[in-house]
Amino acid sequence: MSAITNTSDHGHDSALHHQFEDIGQQNDSYIVGMWVFLSTEVMFFGALFFIYTLYRWNYQLDFYIAHEHLDVKLGAINTSVLLFSSFTMVMAVQSAQLKRRLHVIGYLLTTIVCACTFLVIKYFEYSSKIADHLYPGAGFATDAHAAFGAHAFEAGKLAVNMNHAQLFYALYFGMTGLHAVHIIAGILVILALIRLWVIRAKSVTLDYIPTEMVGLYWHFVDLVWIFLFPLFYLMPKPH
Amino acid sequence: MSSTVIPSGELGQQAEESNYLNVKHTIASWLLTGDHKRIALLYLVSTSFFFFLGSIAAGLIRYELTSPAGVVLESETYNKVFSSHGILMVFTFLVVAIPAIFGNFLVPLMIGARDLAFPRLNLASWYMYMTGGTLILAGMIFGGVDTGWTFYTPYSSMYSNGQVTMVIIGIFIAGFSTITTGINFVVTIHKMRAPGMTWFRLPLFIWAMYATSLMMILATPVVAITLLLVVYERTFKLPVFSPELGGDPVLFQHLFWFYSHPAVYIMILPAFAIVSELIANFSRKRIFGYHFVAFSSLAIAGLGFLVWGHHMFVSSQSMYESIVFSLISYLVAVPSAIKIFNWMATMYKGNIRLQSPMIYAIAFLMIFTVGGLTGLFLGAAGTDIHLTATYFVVAHFHYVMVGGTMLAFLGGLHYWWPKITGRMFSDGIAKVNAVIVFVGFNLTFFPQFIVGWLGMPRRYHYYYFAPEFQAYHIMSTLGATVLGLGFILPAFYLTMSLFTGPKAGPNPWGAHGLEWETSSPPPTSNFTETPIVMDEVYDFDPVSDHAKDLKDIEERNRRRSEEGYCGSEDDN
Repeated sequence: MSAITNTSDHGHDSALHHQFEDIGQQNDSYIVGMWVFLSTEVMFFGALFFIYTLYRWNYQLDFYIAHEHLDVKLGAINTSVLLFSSFTMVMAVQSAQLKRRLHVIGYLLTTIVCACTFLVIKYFEYSSKIADHLYPGAGFATDAHAAFGAHAFEAGKLAVNMNHAQLFYALYFGMTGLHAVHIIAGILVILALIRLWVIRAKSVTLDYIPTEMVGLYWHFVDLVWIFLFPLFYLMPKPH
Repeated sequence: MSSTVIPSGELGQQAEESNYLNVKHTIASWLLTGDHKRIALLYLVSTSFFFFLGSIAAGLIRYELTSPAGVVLESETYNKVFSSHGILMVFTFLVVAIPAIFGNFLVPLMIGARDLAFPRLNLASWYMYMTGGTLILAGMIFGGVDTGWTFYTPYSSMYSNGQVTMVIIGIFIAGFSTITTGINFVVTIHKMRAPGMTWFRLPLFIWAMYATSLMMILATPVVAITLLLVVYERTFKLPVFSPELGGDPVLFQHLFWFYSHPAVYIMILPAFAIVSELIANFSRKRIFGYHFVAFSSLAIAGLGFLVWGHHMFVSSQSMYESIVFSLISYLVAVPSAIKIFNWMATMYKGNIRLQSPMIYAIAFLMIFTVGGLTGLFLGAAGTDIHLTATYFVVAHFHYVMVGGTMLAFLGGLHYWWPKITGRMFSDGIAKVNAVIVFVGFNLTFFPQFIVGWLGMPRRYHYYYFAPEFQAYHIMSTLGATVLGLGFILPAFYLTMSLFTGPKAGPNPWGAHGLEWETSSPPPTSNFTETPIVMDEVYDFDPVSDHAKDLKDIEERNRRRSEEGYCGSEDDN
């Protein structure tokens, strides 16, 4: 069936797909669909946050010592970078509403630059963990002193259960990794959106809703990081 | 049936010319279609294929169990066979079938829309399903899995050989097909209803589909990430659920059942959806307590998320958790009972027509009631400790999944077959088949209640410790053979009807609902004009119905007296 790409014949509005009565209905459907999709994403990450909560509750001290190897500064920079990218995304949506095509493209490109910066910083963070053998698996942190420094020891004895530290890093790599996958997906989606704006596709230029949907997704990805950052980087010392 | 503005004569002519089946004939026109009706047929063919494979595995299991010392299978092979049966039936058939076939076909038709909100996403979901299904099959061919469909850790993540990773990735991908279908339904039901189609004019099929979609959307991602973590743990030897590294295997069970209990309702709510339609339309009455039935679907969806712990009474969860889970499990019985009682109240003093779909619906009522009531035995933490992992559990969930979902599936297939294909099948054979399925089903699974109560554990293929169980197992295998016949027969006579069946016309059952107001099969855009709904749901007219019945009886008596037939029985 060609119906899949068909746009409706009735009316001037060539961005309207055949199954919808009017553009209002189509836009509503898009927005509802996006929010419903985001709710599945919440459940997707929610399971991981649940696992994290349980293990952190059980192994507070081990998680605390393991977390000290994470670089708060890099994490904070990354947080700011993502927050700024959210701002540029908001501006892109705003420009789409005002139909300022070049502004939209500019803001979207800035968002991509921020996303790439985030990934580069993440790459350096991951490298330093891997250099210290902090990736989970058989060879995890064979040299605890090098990995966690002197405060992992109490009176010459290792104060951290290496298995639990390994659990922390399994979760760290798993959760930030899944988040990074979402960032990469976001970059691809934004690139596709930029292409549509560049070729002046009516599906995006006539109405700001497609841009808004990408924006919603991007804010969600940022929001996940807003939770990941304090959970992994900013742990208070347990008594 | 005057709820639309479409002149019926014009509609009939349209149907002769072009419908969704004959509009184009190329293979590409099927594989690249955006039409929800064609995608539904793609799903019908592919889920039937997986159902067939799962049934072969079931046949092997039943054959193996006819002797206390096993017949053909090695222990490890047996483990792989029952795992394949469970995985194929749950993930590639039960969870998918009714929503993806009937939901896809009927949601837009019933609410008066031209298509689902996102046709491309709908097609993508079929491809995801096929990719997932292919991976699952490939895993089973290249080594198989012996974990059961539950993939309990640490066995699945650390010790099991075989293709656990491939099968799990298959399930993961197929899971996304379920999620996208759910998203599509929710958006479509919210935003695409025809003018006049208010929430409380929606057929109960739609309400149940909506509740199903909510569970698909909220539960499936959890099992997706949980199974992904099993793969993560297996591949990189990471600790997430493995106890020797401080992980908690019971956490896996919690997360798994957080999905898999709602998944039980993902499987049974669509069956409720179909049965509500069948009961109302073949009793010629508005469903009794429409609002209660509608909201009971949502209540089941809500409560379904709070009862997963009743699968874990014998795990290390605390006694207090078990008590709470047990109590909430009992609460789920309330909305289920509301449905059963309201269906019966609908039938009471209804103008019942015992055509084949209705026979399936009545068989469903009887079997599901048994399945539901035996659930209470298992929901009580005390008796459950005796019954855990016995054939009693196996019988219970087959009463719900096979006797419930499969019978409703068959009922729905017969009911909407004329709408889907435009042809009528032989109602006589279909009625006989319904009885075959009913008898075969009970013969298969009722003995399993007894043998399970006596202590036969599930997933064992030897029972030389208790040879007295053999009689029950042979009875069960015999029943399975009859049941198998009942599943094969429809494939033949329904296919036959495509070639020899009489033309169905728009509304062969005299049913009420928007899907019956368009031609059979419907045109690609479903309706020639957007329908405007002006009457209430299940708005049957008992007076004209009764008059028509009287006329039919008179007509028949006249014909019979002309033919010299002197029997006075009323045997259609």
